[in-house]
Amino acid sequence: MSQIDVSSVLARRLTHLQLLEAESIHILREAAAEFDRPVMLYSIGKDSSVMLRLALKAFAPKGAITTEGIGRALPFPLMHINTTWKFREMIAFRDATAKGLAFNFIEHINEEGVKAGMNPFDHGSNEYTGVMKTVALKQALSKHEFDCAFGGARRDEERSRAKERVYSFRDRFHQWDPKNQRPELWNLYNGRIRKGESVRVFPLSNWTELDVWLYVLVEKIPVVPLYFAAERPVVKRDGTWIMVDDDRMRLEPGEKPVMKKVRFRTLGCYPLSGAVESEATTVEEIIQEMLLTKVSERQGRMIDHDQDGSMELKKREGYF
Amino acid sequence: MQSTETDLIRRDISGYLASYQQKELLRFVAVGSVDDGKSTLIGRLLHDTGMVYEDQLAAVKRATQMEGEEIDFSLFTDGLKAEREQGITIDVAYRYFATERRKFIIADTPGHVQYTRNMVTGASTADVAIILVDARLGVLQQTKRHAYIAALLGIPHFTICVNKMDLVGYDRGVYERIQAQLSEFTKDLGFTSVTFIPISALKGSNVVAKSEHTPWYEGKTVLEHLETVPVGLSYEQSHFRMPIQFVIRPNLDYRGFAGQIAGGVLKKGDEVMVLPSGKRSRVKSIDTFDGSLDEAFAPQSVCVRLEHEIDCSRGDMLVHPNDLPVVERHVEAHLVWMSEKALDPQKTYILKHTSQSARVQIDHVRWKKDLDTLQEVPAATLDLNEIGRIAFSTHRALFFDAYTTNRQTGAFILVDSLTNDTVGAGMIVGPADGAEKQDLDAAMKELRAGSGLTPKTQVSPRERFERMGQKGAVVWLVGRPGSGRWSLAYALERRLFDLGRTATVVDPTDEDLRSMLSAAKAGADAGLVTVCAFPSYQRADRKALRDKVGSERLVVVYVNTDEKLCRERRPDADHDAFEAPQHPDVTVALDQVRLDEAAETILDVLGERGQFTDARAYARGR
Repeated sequence: MSQIDVSSVLARRLTHLQLLEAESIHILREAAAEFDRPVMLYSIGKDSSVMLRLALKAFAPKGAITTEGIGRALPFPLMHINTTWKFREMIAFRDATAKGLAFNFIEHINEEGVKAGMNPFDHGSNEYTGVMKTVALKQALSKHEFDCAFGGARRDEERSRAKERVYSFRDRFHQWDPKNQRPELWNLYNGRIRKGESVRVFPLSNWTELDVWLYVLVEKIPVVPLYFAAERPVVKRDGTWIMVDDDRMRLEPGEKPVMKKVRFRTLGCYPLSGAVESEATTVEEIIQEMLLTKVSERQGRMIDHDQDGSMELKKREGYF
Repeated sequence: MQSTETDLIRRDISGYLASYQQKELLRFVAVGSVDDGKSTLIGRLLHDTGMVYEDQLAAVKRATQMEGEEIDFSLFTDGLKAEREQGITIDVAYRYFATERRKFIIADTPGHVQYTRNMVTGASTADVAIILVDARLGVLQQTKRHAYIAALLGIPHFTICVNKMDLVGYDRGVYERIQAQLSEFTKDLGFTSVTFIPISALKGSNVVAKSEHTPWYEGKTVLEHLETVPVGLSYEQSHFRMPIQFVIRPNLDYRGFAGQIAGGVLKKGDEVMVLPSGKRSRVKSIDTFDGSLDEAFAPQSVCVRLEHEIDCSRGDMLVHPNDLPVVERHVEAHLVWMSEKALDPQKTYILKHTSQSARVQIDHVRWKKDLDTLQEVPAATLDLNEIGRIAFSTHRALFFDAYTTNRQTGAFILVDSLTNDTVGAGMIVGPADGAEKQDLDAAMKELRAGSGLTPKTQVSPRERFERMGQKGAVVWLVGRPGSGRWSLAYALERRLFDLGRTATVVDPTDEDLRSMLSAAKAGADAGLVTVCAFPSYQRADRKALRDKVGSERLVVVYVNTDEKLCRERRPDADHDAFEAPQHPDVTVALDQVRLDEAAETILDVLGERGQFTDARAYARGR
């Protein structure tokens, strides 16, 4: 028996980020292998950017890259559910990403909702999100017959997410039943489903917001510039700054946009995304602010706190 | 978050992040019942390490209607609405916090016996188990149960927090009694370390900061312990195993085998063997998105290219040829049952092990654990939350290590092929024949052997019962020649059919009795109510019948029609040879009751026997 080389054993230790990365790659490969028609839901935010990088790590080892573009290596398309109320910078970032890496890209818009004139002002965040996000997502999944959809949700985002599985089972109406989820042990995921049923797969389940930003930093992953502080035209609503991103923004009588140095912690539809005043213009500074601040991430997202436990209600209906 | 850390973040974020990236990851499972204070302990850890944000704090305060300093820490961890209303946690929840040294993933599991499956789930990936013991109550049976499960799931480090020390006046004697009792109990369970900590989760004593009330305690606080207990599992350094998940083949020039290394180290140039083909090759390169590696180790996710074009696909495993796992189709394992529907040993399940799936038959349930006494007791099946030992066979060979050697290659789940639910979690003990050594030839022979499953029906009687709403049975009519057996048989068949049951009459043919018995048995096996009136005049005939079909699904009907009448009807027959049955299940005399009345009498017996799923529908049908 040869002597154990202590230094090499010590060197063979992964940091927590490397462990999370290895685990996420395992999940992505497992689901891609076991489902017939997987799709990655790409929401343009930092979590999607990290998930996308992990997918490239899973399926595009160096040396395997084809001339058509690195994104072609992925065994599934990317899909963006466009509510038509996203920040313009998000759409520009999305298009550049899709084009630069040559992804197989699908955009889905709920055209019926557009025709009905759905907007976040007249219909309230609940109804609007229901039609333009939840219904739109279900439409798209059914239309393309996707049986597996990767999402960038994390368990640390909100209390009801803490019990979410990595493989989150949905019935044929895309609904989530918290009482009917399969036990998940070790790294053995059960991807067996019947026709019409589907599974949402969350490769970032065990990542925290801080892990995501650290990974963005370490891996130099491009993110939408809206995450960084800059002078932007905003109005104050319900204690948070809302950006006036285009002329569809309805101003209240007497309301006047002001220029403030702000950034966004989470990105969604611009009239529903609250900005925070900030000086952070680099990823390091964002992390610094985050570590020193004490307000959790989803507070800037207005759809969550319509009522306590509202995320759980949305998920039951099919929201991501 | 400690203030020195805050200062560092403010002063030198780059330096802070550089060290932060070097953090280790530790997964632990926290187990306790509603009243043990587990949620309070976790809430306390999250709060005191700065992982609770102000809006969450505000939400918790709102939820409890509390003001000021008194916070219900347990509310940070309560998740789903239904549970908040019930005031208990009923599923595994995962929580996260980090200190300067480590990031922690907590699997937060309820500890009640009916939630054994949740504890098992949370324990399956944990390096450390934290169990809470109420200082006032001492060591309970559930404490021992938790220790047993933690050991079974291969958790190396076992930690007992003796909680609510404030309520016993921080009495050293109380703590030491519990320590002595549990040390004795856990010493043979195989833990790498067993640690005791006296705490008060409510007051924060010895959780993050050392308590002034326990000067007699010289050990670490809970957080110090979690920050210093060794991470990483020994198998990660030992035998090389890599289950193939995915073949990456973007073009004709590239073919890589992607997977997460489940044990050991792989180096460029290593000779490897592919299981199950047994083909050998050398490692040409170990690829990642960021470039190639000279070596890779567990649990890295990599992509391996080989020098030769050999066949290899998902479910296969890469190993070193001089260091094979066990290759077997007949396996012994511990099994935790996780479904409301009991284990059905007659049924075929789907087993998922590493990246491969196989059909599996349960050969034996050896025993189950009585979770109150921790004794092994005989069992024919396993119910929800029960743990037992089984022997099973797979239709093709598995390549595995004992679970105690490698938690990745020794673990499996069972899936119900009908509902697709995950119904069982298994930990492999070893090959069924108990052989400890297996040479290469034996392994290869096993790999090339046919199915390990005995060819037999894969539809269990219970599944048939659930589908058809009835159990298979033989209704055998015994009587003299001319007693009207056949007329009654067909009347009974018609009546059953009208009631929505599935029945058949095994017709008179030129066959002999043996063939008729076989035909009747086949009908009953298929789930039919099989009616037969073939002559069986001798007692020996009826014994053969009973032996063939089995008493539990046989209804012997004595058609006791008046002998004189029978002789009149069939003067040609040999009436003296007839021996009346000694213990018929039903007796009917067709000279006294009508055919349909006789049929109803037989139906009553079938109904009483639980022959049909829906007894009331049967009654209404009448």
